[in-house]
Amino acid sequence: MFDYTFQWRPALRALPDMFAGAWVTFETAALSMIFGVLIALVLTVMRQARHPLLRGVGNGWVSIARNTPSLFQIYILYFGLGSLGLHVSSWFALLAGITFNNAGYLAENFRGGLKAVPGTQMRAARSLGMSAFQAYRMIIVPQLLRIVFYPLTNQMVWAVLMTSLGVVVGLNNDLTGVTQEYNVKTFRTFEYFALAAVLYYLIAKLIVGLARLLSWRLFRY
Amino acid sequence: MFSTSLTVNDLLYLLEGAWVTVQLTAWSILLGTLAGLLFGLLRALLPRASLPLAWVLDAFRSVPLLIQFVLFNSLKSIVGLDLSAFAVGCIVLGVYAAAYFTEIVRGGVLAVPLSTRRASRSLGLSYLQDLRFIVLPIATRVAFPGWLNLVLGVMKDTALVMWIGIVELLRASQTIVTRIQEPLLVLCIAGLIYYVMSLVVARLGARLERRWQEND
Repeated sequence: MFDYTFQWRPALRALPDMFAGAWVTFETAALSMIFGVLIALVLTVMRQARHPLLRGVGNGWVSIARNTPSLFQIYILYFGLGSLGLHVSSWFALLAGITFNNAGYLAENFRGGLKAVPGTQMRAARSLGMSAFQAYRMIIVPQLLRIVFYPLTNQMVWAVLMTSLGVVVGLNNDLTGVTQEYNVKTFRTFEYFALAAVLYYLIAKLIVGLARLLSWRLFRY
Repeated sequence: MFSTSLTVNDLLYLLEGAWVTVQLTAWSILLGTLAGLLFGLLRALLPRASLPLAWVLDAFRSVPLLIQFVLFNSLKSIVGLDLSAFAVGCIVLGVYAAAYFTEIVRGGVLAVPLSTRRASRSLGLSYLQDLRFIVLPIATRVAFPGWLNLVLGVMKDTALVMWIGIVELLRASQTIVTRIQEPLLVLCIAGLIYYVMSLVVARLGARLERRWQEND
């Protein structure tokens, strides 16, 4: 039943390339998080706006991002934009897809976080003479980010895991992509992918650990 | 300009794919719920002893699902198990769902105040009766929204099984795109189907939740 010899040596020899891939993965996830947070903040404000069009766009974005698979979103950006004559690279499609997804999920988190910031904070800030934008930037958003810090970390881990979908649209320089390249050359599927799984696990743990350190530094009163 | 070569048969093919998606979701949620319930209870009631279990389940949550599919698929071939791709998809998704559901159940059980449980014990209920009549109803109400989110999440994650060669909704749309070369239209239809499925589940869940909360 068990006539398979594991060969870990070639897999270990591929490790430097996989580290390079892991770095691309991390970079992509971090970029998508930065853009995702910015867009999510805009979406959160838009969903509270009085203008029906703004609200509609905000709600539409969030519900599409949350109710369709992220792979589907990447597909739409890769193949859909291609059919409109906009040929984007698979890395860009991946980044845009994950950013779209992140923004939708984070906007929902932020909405919950915003409810936890007392309304009196806004009124106090406005009565101190701040403009609405200043009040948001200096009073509301810092408190909001503090409340949603933990969900934010979670979403970052999610973003890293989602970058593995890039290989489906043909990305070959992130961690999964590099692994798949080696896999199709050697057909040592289990060894390479087991190594990739370990690397993903380490990245996820690293992010959680860093976030914990960061929260010690940031949230001291 | 508005002509298309999408035929009724293609639509039926998409719906067949959607049916596979629903089946995958149902089986893996069933598996995940049963296993998650067991593990979650263990985690909540014996936190020390089940610590290794927590580490294992944490690994399943920290590794991309795509890689889990590939790994399990190749492991299956190595060990020589005779499983269909569908079964592999169900098992991997089920374990993945279980890993998440464990945390949800644990949260639900721990949300029952200790004083409530002590009160039930001092009224003469046995340990199992306390679990059955006190903890279960309260924890269910706490855990249900999380479970619903998990169902929606798993439904979306079924899209990844295309990588191990199961024709589900997204893969079906891909096949049609290859034939008629109209990606935007076909993908939008597939997206609409996903959207409607999610919406139906979310609506049903919200209704159930409301009904449960009527007497609170």
